[in-house]
Amino acid sequence: MTPELRVEQDRTRTATSPLLKTVKRNWDLYLMIIPVIAFFVIFAYLPLYGIQIAFKDFSAFKGIWDSPWVGFKHFERFFDSYYFWRLIRNSFLLGVYSLAIGFPIPIILALMLNEVKSNRFKKFVQTITYAPYFLSTVVIVGMLFIFLSPRTGLINHIIQAFGGDPIAFMTSAGWFKTLYVFSDVWQTAGWSSIIYLASLAGIDTQLHEAAKVDGATKLQRIWHINIPGIMPTIVILLILNLGSVLSIGFEKVLLMQNNLNMSGSDIISTYVYRSGILDAQYSFSTAVDLFNSIINFILLVTVNYVARRVNDTSLW
Amino acid sequence: MGLQSRGDRLVEIINYILLALIAAVVIYPLVFVLSASFSKPDFVLRGEMWLLPKGINLDAYSKIFQNKDLWIGYRNTIVYTLVGTSINLLMTILAAYPMSRKDFAGRNFVMAMMVVTLFFSGGLIPTYLLIKKLHMLDTFWVMVIPNAVSVWNIIIMRTFFQSSIPHEIQESAMIDGCANWQILIRIVLPLSMPVIAVMILFYAVGHWNAFFNALIYLNDKDKFPLQLILREMLIQNSMKDMAKLTQEAVAKQAMSVEGIKYAIIVVANLPVLLLYPFLQKYFVKGVMIGALKG
Repeated sequence: MTPELRVEQDRTRTATSPLLKTVKRNWDLYLMIIPVIAFFVIFAYLPLYGIQIAFKDFSAFKGIWDSPWVGFKHFERFFDSYYFWRLIRNSFLLGVYSLAIGFPIPIILALMLNEVKSNRFKKFVQTITYAPYFLSTVVIVGMLFIFLSPRTGLINHIIQAFGGDPIAFMTSAGWFKTLYVFSDVWQTAGWSSIIYLASLAGIDTQLHEAAKVDGATKLQRIWHINIPGIMPTIVILLILNLGSVLSIGFEKVLLMQNNLNMSGSDIISTYVYRSGILDAQYSFSTAVDLFNSIINFILLVTVNYVARRVNDTSLW
Repeated sequence: MGLQSRGDRLVEIINYILLALIAAVVIYPLVFVLSASFSKPDFVLRGEMWLLPKGINLDAYSKIFQNKDLWIGYRNTIVYTLVGTSINLLMTILAAYPMSRKDFAGRNFVMAMMVVTLFFSGGLIPTYLLIKKLHMLDTFWVMVIPNAVSVWNIIIMRTFFQSSIPHEIQESAMIDGCANWQILIRIVLPLSMPVIAVMILFYAVGHWNAFFNALIYLNDKDKFPLQLILREMLIQNSMKDMAKLTQEAVAKQAMSVEGIKYAIIVVANLPVLLLYPFLQKYFVKGVMIGALKG
């Protein structure tokens, strides 16, 4: 067979369905990915079907499909409930507070680390600041309880040494958000700075040299070269963070929560957990959860839109 | 190059001092916990121990060693971590490899299907009802199956396959008659050890620290992971076995229970802390691989 002939033959064979042919040739690739697709269908898509119970009175006997529709009853109950504004306020404040403190600190840390010339010192600081990231949330909260205990905790010993009165940090609603945010900074700031450090390493050194020749000071170079250089990274991470303002660190809030600090610590997701898992009000809890997800989604889309308009950087 | 201006010099010195302070603030609580765990509880709880252990005392550790719950939790967590990480790794490879291939028809669809799950999820209750329906409540599998794979990690691995393994090698193997699975096992995986190491670490730390699935789905104490036991002991203050062991006065009991907490934290984090210096560079690499292409 001449080459032309073979090409001709291939063409006639594939003309019917080129797609089918590539699928056929790579059939084992499809076999590989089947377990993964099955996983996503079962554990990510099947639960979506269950969301309808937010609009039903779910009963375990009747199942999801046969439970009666009740419209927006559960949503109305949530909006009218005594807890509604408290939950909204706490979720929102905690999210904004976390963002306002937790977002800039890793950037500042990265800019500072980037100026260190001694590699040993840099590595030393990095090794230490990354470390708490690997402690579990349970241990972090456990440490908070130990260090902040009114009678035996280190912090209250210090306060007393300076003549102050011991503070019951963990059982006070007023302290909750501050403790949450700053323990989070302690745990994650070093780790979060890695991305910015990587991004800083990508900045052209010629820019710095040119600026030096022109007599720019260190601070001027940081302000006019480094910060603009990592701006795209900052914007992307900011969008991601803003989009999840209302779904912030649920596990940690749950662990830090107790009856005495509830008025300052109760957020939507912990309320979902309590009403759903502990009180078994499945439909009501699903409605609250759905409300939370919708707000988050609207936030994400809005922020992304604004970022694209203002800065030309966006997720999509 | 040349002399620095005085202003720059000053900025540099301040920068060093601030960073040293930050490092001190981060490390101090950890050193304190370690020292406290070896000290006599009375000194620690009265605030007389600041940095180095005072009145060396190993009682806390000997009490921990007699606590059954803690060791069951430890054993369970090790098993969950080993089995869970193996499943994670297998699933991530099975997803990432086909998706890294340009001639895999439908890869955009599969990708979209996975990314959607990052933004939309059924939420707590529908997921709980599903797990219940699947008869996975209170089973071993609930700790390793519902989180069998993470989309972010699939993306990281796929990107690595695409960008770090020359496409020509795969093509020439294909021409030599290599089947896809052979290419994966003989060519792609051996060249992917860095990203595999990173994935193992990410997943393993996740399993080691996880407690939320256990909290929702497990009732059987024999299946509790370490973190759930820690939660009871450190946060909910229920240390039944520990309290029984101390027959002294109630106040003293309370004291030694407080003292034991430091030792519990040390023991619970020992594997992570011992491995940390060796693993740190891999984690950093992982963040880089994930970030630069993300």
